[in-house]
Amino acid sequence: MSTAAPPTDRTRPDQIDLTASSPRWGEKAIVGWLFLCAAFSVLVTVGIVFALVEPTLEFFSRVSLGEFFSFDEWAPTFQPPAFGVGRIVAGTLNVTFYALLIALPAGLGAAIYLSEYASPRAKRILKPVLEVLEGVPTVAYGFFALTFITPIIRELWPTFLPGALGDPPGIFSAASAGLVMGIMIIPTVASVSQDAMSAVPASLREAAYGIGSTRMQVATKVVVPAALSGIVASFILGISRAVGETMIVLIAAGATPNLTLLPNESVLTMTAFIAQASTGDIATGTITYYTVFAVGSLLFVSTLVLNMISIALVRRYREAYE
Amino acid sequence: MSAVTTPDPQGDIVSTPSTTHADPRSGLPDAPSGVMETVGLNVYYGGFHAVHDVDLAFGRNEITALIGPSGCGKSTVLRCLNRMNDLIPAARVEGSVNYHGIDIYGPKVDPIEVRRRIGMVFQKPNPFPKSIYDNIAYGPRVIGMQVDNMDDHVERCLRQAALWDEVKDKLKESGYSLSGGQQQRLCIARTIATAPDVILMDEPCSALDPIATSAIEDLMTDLREDYTIIIVTHNMQQAARVSDRTAFFTARPDETTGNRTGLLVEYDKTSQIFENPRDQRTEDYISGRFG
Repeated sequence: MSTAAPPTDRTRPDQIDLTASSPRWGEKAIVGWLFLCAAFSVLVTVGIVFALVEPTLEFFSRVSLGEFFSFDEWAPTFQPPAFGVGRIVAGTLNVTFYALLIALPAGLGAAIYLSEYASPRAKRILKPVLEVLEGVPTVAYGFFALTFITPIIRELWPTFLPGALGDPPGIFSAASAGLVMGIMIIPTVASVSQDAMSAVPASLREAAYGIGSTRMQVATKVVVPAALSGIVASFILGISRAVGETMIVLIAAGATPNLTLLPNESVLTMTAFIAQASTGDIATGTITYYTVFAVGSLLFVSTLVLNMISIALVRRYREAYE
Repeated sequence: MSAVTTPDPQGDIVSTPSTTHADPRSGLPDAPSGVMETVGLNVYYGGFHAVHDVDLAFGRNEITALIGPSGCGKSTVLRCLNRMNDLIPAARVEGSVNYHGIDIYGPKVDPIEVRRRIGMVFQKPNPFPKSIYDNIAYGPRVIGMQVDNMDDHVERCLRQAALWDEVKDKLKESGYSLSGGQQQRLCIARTIATAPDVILMDEPCSALDPIATSAIEDLMTDLREDYTIIIVTHNMQQAARVSDRTAFFTARPDETTGNRTGLLVEYDKTSQIFENPRDQRTEDYISGRFG
């Protein structure tokens, strides 16, 4: 430029000022506000950790780790108290297991249908209905379980099953709570999975069809592997919702800390214990008070570990298309 | 409509002896043998008439190029040849597309079976987000093809696509680790892995640089020995370089709606089209006066 430019360049202004004409305070303020919005959830998480840590440490100064992490007995409000958290962890696992048994296959199936098979018209009807299901309050699901599903389960229980599995469940059961919780989670799994599958480029589907793949092969061998990270994310979201769900189990699963994975028994979950203990007259500084925090910490840590495992799994197995 | 004479139904059986392939253009029969042909092909997208009355025949072991300006329906015609247009809900096809005398739009024809015999390579390289090896093995696996040794088969396909030497040490890496030109050759290898009869290529070089383009063109010439190739291209030089026959399409605007309907102007040997076109529109296009 400089070599070619003639000495008297008339198109060039006398003075070139490239500094900012104003400090743009408004924009800086908005960026600061946006940062705070983004940082808010991180700050809240840190706050929760702090709120949990101190009472949890206090709990463990009174109850040994060995006593807490055992399956012996769970009766923190009794005299003498017992703190075998394995009992309510088992309760949570029990209900979660049956919920996922329903929600993961049904949710993934719904996602595959919506993403790969549904006509635009079917999609227009099904997707909003699915999303409405997501918005139903969990307390409504709880009563749906207790008053609608439980009687049906009790009526139709397959009594020919061997041993204790053949006994019809009582009013409160893991089966009823798990089933309804599964129904509650289907839309979450379906919706997040479908978004991930719909985001898979059409060119990959064309490639597969162009070789002579059937629709099912395109869906299962190309689209699902390519969307795996989103699908696993939906599963994790579903599991987290199941583990953290409180109202349904509180209403429909009962409150017996049974050490069982049988669906026809009443169980107490970690969340149901916390809700139950916190709604009663619970005095600050009592052992029951600290137990609530210890169980809360355990819930928090287990969800965290679950998330980390899933992130690692996704990194390992996902088929990145970018 | 064009210079095509309807080929003898047995034409492809007594087709050109393979010795002529050393210099295919000089030994090219006057009429294509007719592995595939379209008869009165019309395509509609909803109410829009995209392609009007196309009659074409494609010869065995020949490369046929479909050229013409944008919107002339050449890609649409190509996608009709293995029923890829079925994937577009509003698309409707009239007329017939015969493959060895069987109308692939016939009532009992399964489009999946059609695509297993008539493979397709797309404009933008679209390898699966799987390993290079699995990209090739995918097709034989899904169609349940009997392969004695998959490792050998993968090697053979990659060799045929002139890609083996570049990828033999990283077969486990993702197809996306390759350059654009390599990805497109991978896609070609993937297509030939299921041993199709016909390969359709929809502007296979339009996303590639000139060196990669030249590699693909060489590859096409090699593949002609074993396959029937039909290629859509925007690039007239490419058609002139690689193809045996060329079909020139143009778009005619509708007098009332202004929608442009594609139609076939002229179909002949490539040398004829480029040196001595019969139709004024063809001459205008290839001489750069139009399009």
